[in-house]
Amino acid sequence: MASNPILKVTNLTKKFRSGNHDITVLKHLNFSVEEGTTCAIVGPSGSGKTTLLGLCAGLDRPTAGEVKLNGVKMGRLSEDERAKIRNEYVGFIFQNFQLVPTLTALENVMVPLELRGMKTTEVKRDAEKLLFDVGLDDRLHHYPSQLSGGEQQRVAIARAFINKPKILFADEPTGNLDTETGLTIEKLLFDLNEDKGTTLILVSHDLSLAEKCGRIIRLKNGAIFEDKVVDEAKLEQFNS
Amino acid sequence: MAWRDARSNKKRLFIYVSAIIIGVAAQVAITSFRDSLNHTVDNQSKTLLGADLEIETEQSFPEPLTAYFDSLGGEQSTVIQFPSMVLFPQNGGTRLSNIRAIKGDFPFYGILETIPQKAAHSFQADKAALVDQMLMIQFGIEVGDSIKVGQVTLPIAGAITKIPGESPAAALIGPRVIIPHSVVDETKLIQFGSRVEYKRYFKFDSQRNLLAVETRLDSLQNDLGIDIDYETVAERKEELGEVIGNLAKFLNLVGFIALLLGGIGVASSIHVYINRKIETASVLRCFGASSNQAMNIFLIQAVVLGFAGALVGTLLGIGIQYFLPGLFSGFLPFDVELVISPFAIGMGLFTGTGVALVFALLPLLALKQASPLYALRKLEGSITSLLSDKTKAVLYAAVALAVFGYAALLTESWLIGGVFTLGMIIAFGLLLLVAKLLIKLVRKYFPSHWPYVWRQGLSNLYRPHNQTATLMLSLGLGMLLISTLYFSRDMLMEELEFATRDDAPNLVFIDIQPDQNQGLNELLNENNLPVLQNVPIVTMRLDSLRGKSTDAIDDDSTNNVSDWALRREYRSTYRDSLIDSETLVAGEWIGRVDSGDGPVPVSAAKEIADDLNLEIGDSLTFNVQGVPIQAYVASIREVDFQRVQPNFFMVFPAGVLEPAPQVFVTVTRTPNHKISVSIQQAVVKQYPNVTAIDVSRILATLNEFISRISSAIQFMTLFSIITGLIVLASSITTSRFQRIKESVLLRTLGASKKQIIKILSVEYLFLGVLSALAGLILSVAATWLLGYFYFDITFVPNLWVIVIGTLLITALTILIGMFNSRSVYKKTPLEVLRLEAN
Repeated sequence: MASNPILKVTNLTKKFRSGNHDITVLKHLNFSVEEGTTCAIVGPSGSGKTTLLGLCAGLDRPTAGEVKLNGVKMGRLSEDERAKIRNEYVGFIFQNFQLVPTLTALENVMVPLELRGMKTTEVKRDAEKLLFDVGLDDRLHHYPSQLSGGEQQRVAIARAFINKPKILFADEPTGNLDTETGLTIEKLLFDLNEDKGTTLILVSHDLSLAEKCGRIIRLKNGAIFEDKVVDEAKLEQFNS
Repeated sequence: MAWRDARSNKKRLFIYVSAIIIGVAAQVAITSFRDSLNHTVDNQSKTLLGADLEIETEQSFPEPLTAYFDSLGGEQSTVIQFPSMVLFPQNGGTRLSNIRAIKGDFPFYGILETIPQKAAHSFQADKAALVDQMLMIQFGIEVGDSIKVGQVTLPIAGAITKIPGESPAAALIGPRVIIPHSVVDETKLIQFGSRVEYKRYFKFDSQRNLLAVETRLDSLQNDLGIDIDYETVAERKEELGEVIGNLAKFLNLVGFIALLLGGIGVASSIHVYINRKIETASVLRCFGASSNQAMNIFLIQAVVLGFAGALVGTLLGIGIQYFLPGLFSGFLPFDVELVISPFAIGMGLFTGTGVALVFALLPLLALKQASPLYALRKLEGSITSLLSDKTKAVLYAAVALAVFGYAALLTESWLIGGVFTLGMIIAFGLLLLVAKLLIKLVRKYFPSHWPYVWRQGLSNLYRPHNQTATLMLSLGLGMLLISTLYFSRDMLMEELEFATRDDAPNLVFIDIQPDQNQGLNELLNENNLPVLQNVPIVTMRLDSLRGKSTDAIDDDSTNNVSDWALRREYRSTYRDSLIDSETLVAGEWIGRVDSGDGPVPVSAAKEIADDLNLEIGDSLTFNVQGVPIQAYVASIREVDFQRVQPNFFMVFPAGVLEPAPQVFVTVTRTPNHKISVSIQQAVVKQYPNVTAIDVSRILATLNEFISRISSAIQFMTLFSIITGLIVLASSITTSRFQRIKESVLLRTLGASKKQIIKILSVEYLFLGVLSALAGLILSVAATWLLGYFYFDITFVPNLWVIVIGTLLITALTILIGMFNSRSVYKKTPLEVLRLEAN
């Protein structure tokens, strides 16, 4: 395995205060993820999956330890600096799609680049192309409320790829979809990921989905219970 | 259950009712203040008149009347009241004043307050004058200086600070100067044509039967053929009670608008709240709760919250009452004794609770219709979509009926209540229409190439459950009320000022005796001032109309002529041609006749022709100071009475009235204030009985008056604005969850804090600008209609009112919006995942 981690987690600890007590959600985690690989984080409810994803993506600061994303130590950055990193290198896919209800599908996809200050005319063509790739070229001007769950998640996937992220974080991407639609979305996600050469970090309850990744990190009570390579070929596919 | 559910939403629910609090506070403050005024009038009733009885005539009391006065006994005091110029020899200042020459101890009740106080008792014996404090300050005069009234120069014994029964604002119209009755003749001011009121005040020891006195005065009026007016304490009380009632009704309606806005705020908040609570209600239904039980949980919440809001509002209203005397003191003839009114408290509690209940009905009834299935499947769209159109129509009608009933109760008039309700429905409907139209237009024509934050801020207005239209309605209504008030005031003042522009007359001399007329005109010419008009005035009364005596017409209850027009003293002129403020609308203008040629052809102004129901050819008999003159209506004129110049109801042709006793009026124009003051001083010195009316001073007085009235109304309109802002704050709280979700999502996607703040600012900027515009558009339309139909003035909107109004409303909206959203942009992006997890 080439040693080129895009994400490096060192001694990561996160505590939350509840009343007069501290609750330790994550305890001294250490792992790294190589660029271009796919990795699933699984575990039962309350095991700390979402907290870990948030810390890895720079959405929150750890209590102790460090997250290095694309070589940048996230803990030392201000929120706005972290926002800039996210905007440039990170893509997100959420369980509840998280589309802006007042924007059309096309406008939703353009948001990350427009936040960067790019003009509509500069980003429109890429957004349209991505919506074409996810099969929504006939839904460009529809609002989220006019789209089905599967269609909304396709828009979310197109939005996740618009900024050509180096790493993509997906939180239960099929959790709110029926099996058939879920499978379609899974395929779309992995195909695009492969096509764009992006690193994928995926949080899921769904073991069958997790097993489609090259590596599975299993969490239990805030610690890494198991870290195994499922498919060396998948893990290495982009590094070869 | 209602309590258990409410306790977790205490903060959110409290803000729902703050709109009710303000509305109720406005109502309670006004009603309580009205009751305090009435209480004061009851307590100080005798002070208001200063005596038990006042008798007034326009000429010196004839012998039979003084004989009757003597027979009445009791304590008596005589007051002669007339307008005249006064002059301060110290600095040459002159001012048209209201002179009262007092003999006796008037006022018998209440205290004539002066500085020093002893001056009020000693001025008659010391042959000194008392002068309005405001006038003394204006001219830099002090006690001990002197004042010239007509031909008499008197030392000033004291400054008048308060006359019982008179409002301080009376001094604005004519500053009061009190002199001893004994010097009236020496002033030589009372001459033919002078407008003088002769008053006799009585104080009776015992309970006098004033009804018998009134009957006797009526018969003396008929016997003597003069007008005898009288007023008792009860009549003055009734008169004041009516004024107070009308003032309270008007202000209560303005306050009621705030309450209605509060109601709309509650309706909209409860709507959003219940929309979110539908899952809870459905789960309860799944566990066996009946539809009524599910509804009752939230019904109880609405009623309890309404009552709590009403209670706080009532307490606040009682507190606000203590600030109201300051606003109205200029107009009140007494010091208000503030009382806590049980009626106002009861009304506040009832109204607040009622409004909360009535305006919450729609979503509550919809909740009753909600199927338990919504525990499993999310309801798409608004909860009110569950109600049929028919049910909604019935509910809206019920709300309108409740508003109508309450407005009628407030104004004690079904008609006013109806007009108010209809006006409100139209205003609300139009505002909503304009608001929606503006939102639609902005969305349609918004430049798509504008930067992202601008487009995102704008699109936030279309966020589900954002209450954009409601917000625009409440903020826009506040804007509509305030700007209409400003526009109307501006329109009236512009029109008045227009009359003084260019070569329009600005100085009028009245009460010029025939032997002074030529001299005064020459004085003007010597000072290079033009004599724009110099007209004779002959006073007369109407004796008969169409062959029937005025008394007979007056006694006939079926007569269709105005009593005022029948009984008034006509100050007519004669001339051979029409002037430029007059247009003939009917009949033939006859400019000259020879006396003895039969009935005189007169020309009537359209206004008086309407009041007397005159037609061309109708016969009239005028009593010209004892001499009957037969006349007929030869023509009817349209007269522009707004011009600063003498205009007349009745114009006689030349050749008839020349020998009659008459006075003259001269109109001139002075180029500036300095020359105006110097010519007034010169005229007063040479002709002390001549009165100068300075138009610019009248305008300044009117402006002052309108400003004072406006500030009182503005104070009440302020409640509407505050309510609008509370609705804004409450709506932002209501949609806070959505905002957090959106901004956190954007932060997750890489938006900086600055970008989030910009997006929110743009949203509030659009909200403020659109609300202000909606209110302004309607306000301009309303003022234009008011000008066109009521004042007969073409309204040109003042750009500054529009610009400042829009800026103010927008700034307030942004300020309150950003203050209430401060937690939104402080949330960390991790929230988005937490919200997911929840």
